[in-house]
Amino acid sequence: MSKRIGMEIALATAEAVALCRPDVIAAYPITPNTHIPEHLSDIVAEGRLDAEFICVESEHSAMSACAGASGTGARAFTATSSQGLLYMYEVLGIVSSMRLPVVMAIGNRAISGPINIWNDHSDIMTMRDLGWLSLFAANGQEAVDMIIQAFKIAEDPAVQLPINVNLDGFQLTHMVEALFLPDEKEVDRFLPRRKPYAALHPDHPVTMGALGMPDIFTEATKARDQALVDSKKVILKVWKEWEKQFGRRYEPIEAYKTKGADVVMMTMGSMGETAEIAVDELRREGVPVGLLKLKLWRPFPFEEMKKAVRGVKTLIVTDRCCSLGGPGGPLAAEVRSALYAEAERPAIENVLIGLGGRDVTVNDFKQMFRQAGKSRGIYEFYGVRG
Amino acid sequence: MAQKKWPETWQEVTPGCMIFEGGNSREYHTGSWRAQRPVWDNAKCIKCGICYIFCPEACVKEDAQGYFAADLDYCKGCGICAHECWPGAITMVEEG
Repeated sequence: MSKRIGMEIALATAEAVALCRPDVIAAYPITPNTHIPEHLSDIVAEGRLDAEFICVESEHSAMSACAGASGTGARAFTATSSQGLLYMYEVLGIVSSMRLPVVMAIGNRAISGPINIWNDHSDIMTMRDLGWLSLFAANGQEAVDMIIQAFKIAEDPAVQLPINVNLDGFQLTHMVEALFLPDEKEVDRFLPRRKPYAALHPDHPVTMGALGMPDIFTEATKARDQALVDSKKVILKVWKEWEKQFGRRYEPIEAYKTKGADVVMMTMGSMGETAEIAVDELRREGVPVGLLKLKLWRPFPFEEMKKAVRGVKTLIVTDRCCSLGGPGGPLAAEVRSALYAEAERPAIENVLIGLGGRDVTVNDFKQMFRQAGKSRGIYEFYGVRG
Repeated sequence: MAQKKWPETWQEVTPGCMIFEGGNSREYHTGSWRAQRPVWDNAKCIKCGICYIFCPEACVKEDAQGYFAADLDYCKGCGICAHECWPGAITMVEEG
């Protein structure tokens, strides 16, 4: 039976990882994800989890160790944030191109500089094109659930791709939340042992990571892209199974009070929780607004996106990241791209908010809703001084 | 697992481009990259085997008399053997 507990979300995330019985955990501490591997090392030291915990000397080594472990058929996990993610960058595309289902939690944090340890999404956005599946949790319960779902999705024979679960640094990682933690039996029932497509073993030699020259690279890249596109079917299937067993529903884009809404806001991660309150308050005042919470970032849910904005006049896309010198925020750029060919589409406004840990309050969201339709240009730094 | 020697289409690419048969680098003839080929002058050769040791492709072979020659299916024409041969028995000759 699931137990309702009050727990810091990073610790609950670590408990969720332990329930999935990983064979290898390799991690290097960096704020704000640190409590996840730290708590996992406690769990291993206490003898509650029979896993190899590798205290590596860097994130590059953490991801390399996960790649090697996953190549032998092991279930491997790591976690990181910001600069740590950048330090493992070189290995990220290798892991996905080798089809190794590594699971990584990212306690999202701004990329320096100026040096900043607080939350935004600039870390994960740097790796959006590297062939990893990517989920976004809006609260602690989703972080716990998505970790367990992540192993099942990544290791599915039709997927075999690495996956990251994003939880906002501090806003989620360091928050104590009341949540349901499934028990071992329930997770064992949901998540089978990994059956690798191929594994490194001296008795059955296999080459992983061979050279791909110009006459094969295009085909290899097309195959990788198709693997991501096709993975959505499995993600939806796993989410259905989750709902059936645990009663909590997951969708690529979760709609909140969008029925009859003229203006709809779109968020990723924990801001969705705050935006819901703003929607509630404005609806009470008779203003028809709604909210879309994106949970599946990769593969990008194009079809769901088109359906979600039908009849909407203005879509305000929030981005917790700036594509410097580019089109504003990465989410807005992709939403615009997804809807470009549609005969009827909403006006799309892009606000950059919550950068480097700046609070975004209920009043901020109400203000953003009220400003809808007033020209913001291609994008706007909401609340910027000066 | 049976595997095609070389995938024609993207659908034939194995997940992760994995290769399930060992020793298949033998099937890839890197000799086609060559612009120059090494030629041994056995009158100068002292049979020291330094060409054999230094060849990065491991394609220099010793014959029954103890002299050396490159397997031109794999020799890329890098010239390292000629560079290392201190008696000066190896000359790089233009192909074509």
